[in-house]
Amino acid sequence: MPVVASSLHPATSRNAAGGSASSHAEAANSEYLWTLNFGPQHPATHTTLRLVLTLDGEKVVKAEPDIGYLHSGFEKLGESLDFNQYVTIVDRMNYISPLANEIAWHHTVEKLLGIEITPRCTYLRTILAELMRLHDHLLCVGAVALDLGAFTAFLYFFQQRELIYDIVEYASGQRFHTSYTRVGGVLFDVNNLWADKVRSFAKNFPKIHSEVDRLLTKNRIFVDRVKGVGVLSREDAINMGCTGPIARASGVVRDLRKDEPYLAYADLDFKIAASKNGDCYARYLVRMQEMLESIKIINQAIENIPAGPVNVELEGKSVLPSKPAVYRSIEGLIHHFEMIMPNRGFKVPVEELYACTESPNGELGFYIVADGEPRAYRARCRPPSFIHFATFQHLMPGYMLSDVPAILGSLNIIAAELDR
Amino acid sequence: MDFAALNEHLGGVLKSESFRDNTRLIVPAAQLDDLMSHLKHHLGFDMLSDVTCCDYLEYPGATDRYGVIYVVVNTKTRERLVVKTFVNDPSPTLPSMYRHWKTADWTEREVYDLFGIHFTGHPNLQRILCPPEFESHALRKDYPLKGRGERHNFPVITRAES
Repeated sequence: MPVVASSLHPATSRNAAGGSASSHAEAANSEYLWTLNFGPQHPATHTTLRLVLTLDGEKVVKAEPDIGYLHSGFEKLGESLDFNQYVTIVDRMNYISPLANEIAWHHTVEKLLGIEITPRCTYLRTILAELMRLHDHLLCVGAVALDLGAFTAFLYFFQQRELIYDIVEYASGQRFHTSYTRVGGVLFDVNNLWADKVRSFAKNFPKIHSEVDRLLTKNRIFVDRVKGVGVLSREDAINMGCTGPIARASGVVRDLRKDEPYLAYADLDFKIAASKNGDCYARYLVRMQEMLESIKIINQAIENIPAGPVNVELEGKSVLPSKPAVYRSIEGLIHHFEMIMPNRGFKVPVEELYACTESPNGELGFYIVADGEPRAYRARCRPPSFIHFATFQHLMPGYMLSDVPAILGSLNIIAAELDR
Repeated sequence: MDFAALNEHLGGVLKSESFRDNTRLIVPAAQLDDLMSHLKHHLGFDMLSDVTCCDYLEYPGATDRYGVIYVVVNTKTRERLVVKTFVNDPSPTLPSMYRHWKTADWTEREVYDLFGIHFTGHPNLQRILCPPEFESHALRKDYPLKGRGERHNFPVITRAES
């Protein structure tokens, strides 16, 4: 049974450019090719996704991703939940860095409603966004190392992730799905103890980072597995819509924090990490460097975080009253009721807009169509994982089966965000 | 980007809107390919950031049903543009943007899957998130959020039959 060639995706195979005549000829002498199902439950996919690989010996001739295992209609739910409720759903998209999604979602909603958040909230969200960047990169680098056999680096980095979980838990009361941001602010303000936690984390992190750097960056076993593997050219990266560390590793020096500054990034001093090589090793190096830049941002932001209210005041009322005010005073309860009940909360324009932030994985955008109701008429999420995973079928052919975990890991595919 | 020159190039069919920092171009479906090709090859919009769709069935004041939305980016000037076009039942069809940007591969498949819009010239227009035997388009406004439907009518396959 010939498995390839006749129905080849035109762009998938490097050999299929000749059209149907040559692909028929290829089918005739490609009976030796065999198909391997990689996933949906494979340790190296980390989440639920499937790859159909066509192999010539150990060389991958064609790789066809099959997704949709975790499709749970998040965008449909966004049409029935209001702007504050939907934050619990965006949390669950990229659950490796949930706060980054929340910030992106509420960034878009606030732009739609024309709400300007307070300086304190701007800095607080900046610190949290950078902690989430660390959170995501720590897992990504750690998991690539784990898949390629470097267990120690994974444990070192996972221990740091635990510390970030502690910081996030201290601020929001939740470790994982924090649902911390609100339209015009956050759930609770943070205190000095929290700031001390962040400071001590930022102080100790570079030491662990340099230890892992010494474990991996010049480790011949690791470098041999990632260097020159999964090369993505600059033209392809742009043409396929890659953003974030993957695009930067291919020489596309583009970072929304610099290009379309949001939150407090315009006031802070940091550099963009980039490389020209475009292989898995470049993506690893870009992520490692970005972690140090994030620490730089956190250090500046935590020292300069302004005092003052964390939530916006609209017509003398903050967008959502604090919980003690709701539970202990009738005014607070009425205020809460006014904000929560349909048709009483925000004044929503009949308009639509696209806004995006630089999430750890790349450009995370939301396209909201609003019809004047306090919920989105359409809540489209532009998930970086979805766009990046589409490049996999172009990256993979020509490499070995053992390169699959390296390439897959370096793209950092989060299936919950991929399928939504 | 010079809107007047672009509009003249396309014969005056374009409409421009802006909201907050978004600039939107509204183009008739027949001229979509001309516009996108011009944006890509002459105005330097080298990245297609996103393709999505909205079903305007219950939208106040809407006359067309599906709005297909393209977000394009010029990576040199950092300019971002939202291009929007409308298509209608019974057979909503648009030209595929795959020949200009490879991003269109999966994003158009997703729009096809969830809204049922056909893209002519797409190399592999199949469902991507829902299973191939699924018949509806889940993000259309006439598809219920919850309740009994085709979800319950899937054939049950036993282990022995598989």
